[in-house]
Formats: sequence, C-alpha cells, structure tokens
Amino acid sequence: MTQERTGAQIMCEALIREGVEVMFGIPGGAIMPFYFAMWEYRDQLRHVLCRHEQGAGHAAEGYARATGKLGVCIGTSGPGTTNLVTPIADAMMDSTPLLAITGQVSSLVLGKDAFQETDITGITMPITKHNYLVKDINDLPYVFKEAIHIATTGRPGPVLIDITKDAMQARTVPNWDVKLNLPGYKPTYNPNAKQIREAIKLIQSAKKPLIMSGNGVIMAGAIEELAAFAERLRVPVITTLHGIGSFPEDHPLNIGMPGMHGWVHVNRAIQECDVLFNIGGRFDDRVTGKASTFAPNAQVIHVDIDPSEIGKNVKVAVPIVGDAKLTLQAFLEAMPGREDMAELHGNASDWMEHIREMQAKHQGKQQYVSRADTEAMSLPPHDVYDIMNRMINERGDYRICTDVGQHQMWAAQLLDWYRPRTHITSGGAGTMGFAVPAALGVAVACPNETVWAVCGDGGFQMTNQEMATIVQEGITNVKVAVINNGYLGMVRQWQELFENKRYSGTPLTGPDFAKLAEAYGWKGITVEHTEDVEAAMREAYETDGPVLIDFRVEREVNVFPMVPQGKSIGDMITDASQA
Amino acid sequence: MKKHTIVALVQDRPGVLSRVVGLVRRRGYNIESLAVGHSETPNVSRITMVVEWNDVDQVVKQLYRLIEVLKVSDVTNDPTVEREMVLVKLHAPAPKRHEIVSMCNVFDAKIVDVGVNTMVVEMTGTPAKVENFIEIVKPYGVKEMMRTGRVAMVRGARGHNAAEYAESSNGTNGQFAVNRN
Repeated sequence: MTQERTGAQIMCEALIREGVEVMFGIPGGAIMPFYFAMWEYRDQLRHVLCRHEQGAGHAAEGYARATGKLGVCIGTSGPGTTNLVTPIADAMMDSTPLLAITGQVSSLVLGKDAFQETDITGITMPITKHNYLVKDINDLPYVFKEAIHIATTGRPGPVLIDITKDAMQARTVPNWDVKLNLPGYKPTYNPNAKQIREAIKLIQSAKKPLIMSGNGVIMAGAIEELAAFAERLRVPVITTLHGIGSFPEDHPLNIGMPGMHGWVHVNRAIQECDVLFNIGGRFDDRVTGKASTFAPNAQVIHVDIDPSEIGKNVKVAVPIVGDAKLTLQAFLEAMPGREDMAELHGNASDWMEHIREMQAKHQGKQQYVSRADTEAMSLPPHDVYDIMNRMINERGDYRICTDVGQHQMWAAQLLDWYRPRTHITSGGAGTMGFAVPAALGVAVACPNETVWAVCGDGGFQMTNQEMATIVQEGITNVKVAVINNGYLGMVRQWQELFENKRYSGTPLTGPDFAKLAEAYGWKGITVEHTEDVEAAMREAYETDGPVLIDFRVEREVNVFPMVPQGKSIGDMITDASQA
Repeated sequence: MKKHTIVALVQDRPGVLSRVVGLVRRRGYNIESLAVGHSETPNVSRITMVVEWNDVDQVVKQLYRLIEVLKVSDVTNDPTVEREMVLVKLHAPAPKRHEIVSMCNVFDAKIVDVGVNTMVVEMTGTPAKVENFIEIVKPYGVKEMMRTGRVAMVRGARGHNAAEYAESSNGTNGQFAVNRN
C-alpha cells in the first residue's frame, strides 16, 4: 500500500476500488499514460475499444441502464472529449450514472491552445452533474471517490474528470484515506412523514385517482413496492416512456403510456383524473403536452428525489422529496386498513371501468393503422413489431435498445413490456444513433440475454461503426432490427401532417444494410414482406453471432395516436385527416 | 420581471462561480450585479447576485443542484443592509477641485488619489445613493468608473452563518476541497 504509483495507476486502482469492471473508450495522445497503466490491470478492468467516442459514451450508458451500475467511458483531449459531449448530455437528461474520463494536455501548456486542447470542463459544465479538472496527482484518489459518489447517488447523472497528462505521469505514494467533503450535496432519501399522511388523505378522498410511474421507480429498484402500492389502492397505473417496465403491462391495473404518442384513453384519464400521483417522473413536455392544460382537474402528488423537479412544469399539491423505494415503503407502512379504503376501492373500480370503456373504443394496438391501407402494403411496420413482440416474449431474456423517432414510439407502443431495464432508449435528449452502441454496452452487461437494437435507417447510419466493436469483442448476443423506410421518418410525419408534405431534407438513402452487415462479419438479412418476418427473426435467434435484419417497411406510415406539438393531451389525433 | 437579490454560500472551489453564473446564462438572463468574496468561514465564499427574473424559485432550486452550493436565499423581500462601492476618476483641473471636495463631503466620499488633472473618489453607500452620487459628479467629466456590485446581508439575528452549512469543511484530507489560489 505504500508503494509509489503513477497518476494513471492511481486512476486504475481508484476505479477498481469503486467496483468498476468495464470501460468503453478510445486512446489518444493526452490519455496515453492511462492506457499504458490499464494494461497492468486488464484482468480486473476490461477495456472495450469503440470506433467513435460517441459510441463509447452510449455503450457506457447502455451498460449503466441495463445494470443500474456506473458506466465508464474514456476519451482523449480535444476531439476525443468533444465526441463524448452528446452521450454526456444524453446521460444528464435521462439521469444515467456515467463517468467520463478524459485526458487533458499537460498543465504546463494548459490554456495555450496546445495540440488537441479543448476546455472540456467548460464545455460540459451545464450537461454534467459535476465535473473536475485535475492537475495535481495528489487529488486523484479524492476526486475519483467523490465523482463516482456524485454520479451514482441521489438523482444519478454524468460526471466528467479531466486529467492533465502530467498528473497521470507524475508519481506519488497514494493516500487512499480520503473522506468525502460534500456539505452542499446531501440527497434526501427518506420522505417526510407528514407529507406521506397528507398524500394518503388526498388519495383516499379521490374519485378518479391515477398513478404515474417514471424512471425513478426503476432506478430506485422499487418495482415490487410499486406493485404492492397500486394493488393496495387498486388505482390504475400509467408508465411513462422511461417508466416502461416499472409495472408489467399485463397487470390488470396497468393502462399504458401517456404523452405525445401515448394512448388516447390514458391521456383522457389524465385529463379527467382528480388525483395524480407521479412517482419518479419529471412531467416532461412530451408527457404533459401544453402544460397549462395538463390534468386540469387533478391535485398532483409528486414524488421525486430531485427537489428542483417538483413544481417545475406542473403545479403540485403535495410535494414529496425522496427515493422512490423508501417513499413507497413509507406509504405502505402508513396505509390505512382495508375497511378505511373501501370507499376509495369502490371509486377506483368505477373509474377503472370507465377507463377500460374508453380504451375499448380504440381496442387493439394495431387499430391505429387503417387495415384497408395496410392490405396494400407489402410490409407495414406494425407487422414487424407484432411478430417481434410474439417472438421475443416466447424466447424471454431480452433487452431492447431503441433509437429515436418513429420506430422508437412504435416499439414503446406495440411491444409488451414486463420487466424493468428491458426497455432502454434515449428519452430526454432524443439522441439518434443511441441504439447500436447502447446495445453493445447492454450486451457486455448481459451476456446471457438477447439484446435487440431497434433503430431507423437514419439513426442507424449515425453510429453503425460500433458493429466492428461488437465483432472485435466477440459479442454474439446483439441483433439489430433496422426499421428502414428511407426517410427521417418522424420529421417526415410532421412535414406530412403540419407542413403540407414539404419533405425538406427527410428522404434518405443508405447502403444495402444486409451487405454492410456482412462486410462487418455479421449475418445480414433483408426482409421486404410480412410473411418473411418470422423466418428472419428465427434465423437471427438461431445464429450464434451478431445479426442485422433490414426491414424495408412501407415508407410513409405515421405514428398514431399523436398530440400535435403545443396542444393539450386531450386533443389527440388518430389519423392524418385530423391534423 | 422583478429584480431579485440572491445571496448564496458556496464551497470555495475552482469553477464554482462559473457554474452559478452558467445557470443564469442558460436562461438568457443578464446579471445586473455580482459580488463574490470570502465569508466568515474558511473555504466558504458568499455570493450576492442581482438579476431580473420571473421564475426565481425554480432558479433557486436549480442552484441547489450544484454540488458546491451550500445555501441560497432570495433576500429581495427581507430587511437587508445593501451596500455598493464605486471608484470614480474625475476630470479635476485645479479650479474645480474645491467644488468636488465639498461635493464629496456631502456624500461621505473619500478622495483617494489626486493627479495633475484628475481625482479618484471612493464612495460607499446603498445602491441608490451610489447611483445618485454618480449622477451628481457626471458633469465634472468621468474618465473611469468601477462599481463593485451590490453586497447584501440580512439584518438582525436572521441570515445564514457559513459554518452551519460547511461543517465538514475542515477535518478531512480534503486536498481538493482546500482553496488553492
């Protein structure tokens, strides 16, 4: 323990001490000392060499979201770090515990426009939970401990540590006896008991109560608690895009997803409800639509670990700051007996009946594509999801990474979700190019599960070079489904509906994706007809190696239902004629 | 939009000012006045910031998200002592000097430098009084002016003692926490 170490060795040992096992990155001049040291620790610290730092960042995010553990990505100074900016921003928006380690030019030339010098701490200040510039080797043990603590506690988020090359090369006997000094950072985990009682009183008085479950429930591991809570109250549950999987979709109390592409009956239920209990969601504008018209009759109870989220977008009657799991446990403990809930149970049951009646009017997930239209189509996208849904659930043990756009909304709508951390997507930032590298990270984290990357042809072409990483790492459990419609489809949809079909900048060509996959050493399959979908997916499952399926779907199909931007979620449109 | 005076206690670490200012900049607000300096507790700084904004509660909450922010208060409606200092270099040829000196006496201002044709005047007071003073001396010809920005402190026993919010500032290895100017 008293041996002298280089700064780079200290970095490796600090990561190992904090339980880090995998890192995704690309070396370069300023980070070379770290890569030099990493070699000695390669049995404990696996390094996955990516093809682009953005890919490394998303892979680390995928790893983090699949496991709940810290994701680590590495880039060198200058362009290496600026390429990490997108995944860092993505992790900030979706509260993902991410540590970005970046090399910086030597402190002797810092600020002098040295080769590959970029002020990355300045650039990432607004998109990190916290960041550090380390110039002194003696700061390394403390900074790594603090950074990882900050990234993984409270509301998780990205933290960046930028280390000058000379600090990595310097030598010292590390002092690991460091205590965190964070008087300004004390996340509140335990909810206020009085607020819990207030909230229970409000729920008990409700005639049309609704539970909204978000990402916070998954991050806190509060799945069982949420189920117990909902069952005790017998109140309907909606799951936001990131809350998907926090409450199984086959549960009789689950009514589906709200928001811009949520279900009509869910959005109507929000508009009608009198008490809305939101746990671990942040009332994103894609959920609320025009915020001033959102849930006009509801008294809102908002549980969030981040006090700055409460009251930000929606007026809140009972604010509760706390961890989702601990808060739900507190609710379960404080819950009155069954006799005192009889009235609520009666009301909730009538209310549920009403919601199911609304739902019945729009029964079936497929009904938003007119059957008459699809009969003329050789491959409507909905058919891909329909068959995929059946096949992934028959086989079990899957994770799905989706990209951003139409295919993402279809996946959220049309697949049935049962388990937490199976639906991994870029929500807040809406980062195209997320799915393939995220799937790489998920596959590293979950080697015994099948990891599907579902993406559009636009997003796929942004980061598909990570297919080479997947081959080099010997990863066999990644399967890519490209929902290929030859457009930047979601933008095209808006152009069709709101801009008089002026398809400006949206028609998109690409290579033959199956051939591209073959060139990478993958199996590539092209599907053009509904009747071939099942066979292609079966082949993908039976192939011991990465497989890409290019689903050449009908080009101009829209995602419905939809809330037009800036409109109330009560004003959904269900086909193009209503736009 | 209303003018708000925010007083914040922050850990004295590199970049902390940048983070605080960044939160305001992100929303496209302009900072009217900003003063930063050491507080009564080592490694804790006090910031006084005046900004015109309408969703101040949200900004205060977001300031708390910053790791190094210990305490934030909107003291706009609290009874406070507010002061600002200004240094003014005036065009002051010999015949005008007498008049400037008597003007300074009225405002409790001090002459801190006299040059061949200039005088530097130091004046401290409430922001309104400073404003007033500047208006009065303008006709003499202001060659240079520097205002410190407003500092504010809540009157009486209320307010925030930095030590309460920084209990662990000492007693650790705290290499990174130590102020290294």
